[in-house]
Amino acid sequence: MTTTTGPHPTRRLILQGAASVALLGLGNLPFGAISALAAANDKYPDEAFKLKNEADAIKALYGKTVEPSDKVKLDAPEIAENGGVVPISVTTTLDKVTSISFFVAENPFALAASYKIPDGTLPSIANRLKMAKTTNVTAIVEADGKLYSATKEVKVTVGGCGG
Amino acid sequence: MASSIRVRATSNGDITEVQALIQHPMDTGLVKDSKGEVIPAHFIQQLKFECNGKDVFIADWGTAVSKDPYVKFSFKGAKKGDELKISWTDNKGGSDTTTAKIA
Repeated sequence: MTTTTGPHPTRRLILQGAASVALLGLGNLPFGAISALAAANDKYPDEAFKLKNEADAIKALYGKTVEPSDKVKLDAPEIAENGGVVPISVTTTLDKVTSISFFVAENPFALAASYKIPDGTLPSIANRLKMAKTTNVTAIVEADGKLYSATKEVKVTVGGCGG
Repeated sequence: MASSIRVRATSNGDITEVQALIQHPMDTGLVKDSKGEVIPAHFIQQLKFECNGKDVFIADWGTAVSKDPYVKFSFKGAKKGDELKISWTDNKGGSDTTTAKIA
C-alpha cells in the first residue's frame, strides 16, 4: 500500500537541493522556480532563524533581492521603553501577497518571525517582538514573487535580552 | 489544564478578524537565571490557524518573538459559527491545540 502522508521522496530531494544552493550563495536559479519551491514548502525555516546577520537571513529565507516600497506600511513605536515587548505591525496595499517576515537588524538572530499568507488572508499582521537594543526593524512582504520592504528605527531604552 | 491559547475570532460579514494570545516562556537560550546558569532555549516554532479544512495563517517564529506571544490577522471566506483550529509546536516538541467558534 502506498502511503499518502509525508512528502514525496523526490520533492524532498528537490527542496534540500534548493536550500543548499541558497546557503552556498549560488542562487542563480530563476526567481520563479525558487518562489514555487518556497510556496510548496511549509516546513519551519530552521536555518534562516539561526543566522545572525540580516542580509544572510533574508538570503536563506528568500534567496532574492529586496526593494524598498512605500506600499509596505510598517507601524512601530519611535521609542520602546521595554525591548522585551515591542508592538510591531505591517499592512500593505500590494496584491498577491504570499508571505510577510520581520527582521530586527541587531538582534542576536536577525529573523524574528515569518508569516505565510494563504490566498484569502489579508496582508495585515500585528505582533510583538523582542529587541536587544536600538536598531532597525524591517518588514519584508513577498508579493507576486517579488520582495518589498519597509524599515523603521526603534529606540530601545531597556533591551529585551538579558536580565 | 486550561489551554495555553486564548483566541478571539470575530466576523464582520466578509472578513474574520483573529486575535490570539498564547502563554509560552519564549526563552531565547541567551539569558542567564539568578544562579548564572543559562536558561535553555524554549520557544514556539510554528503556529497554525485552520478554518474549514484550509490553512488560513501560518506563523514561523524565532526566539525574538515576545514572551506570551500575541498575533493579529484577518482572513476572508469564513462566516459566524465556523470553527477555527489553532495549534502550535515548540522547539522541545511541546504542542497545544484548541478550537474557537467565530463570533
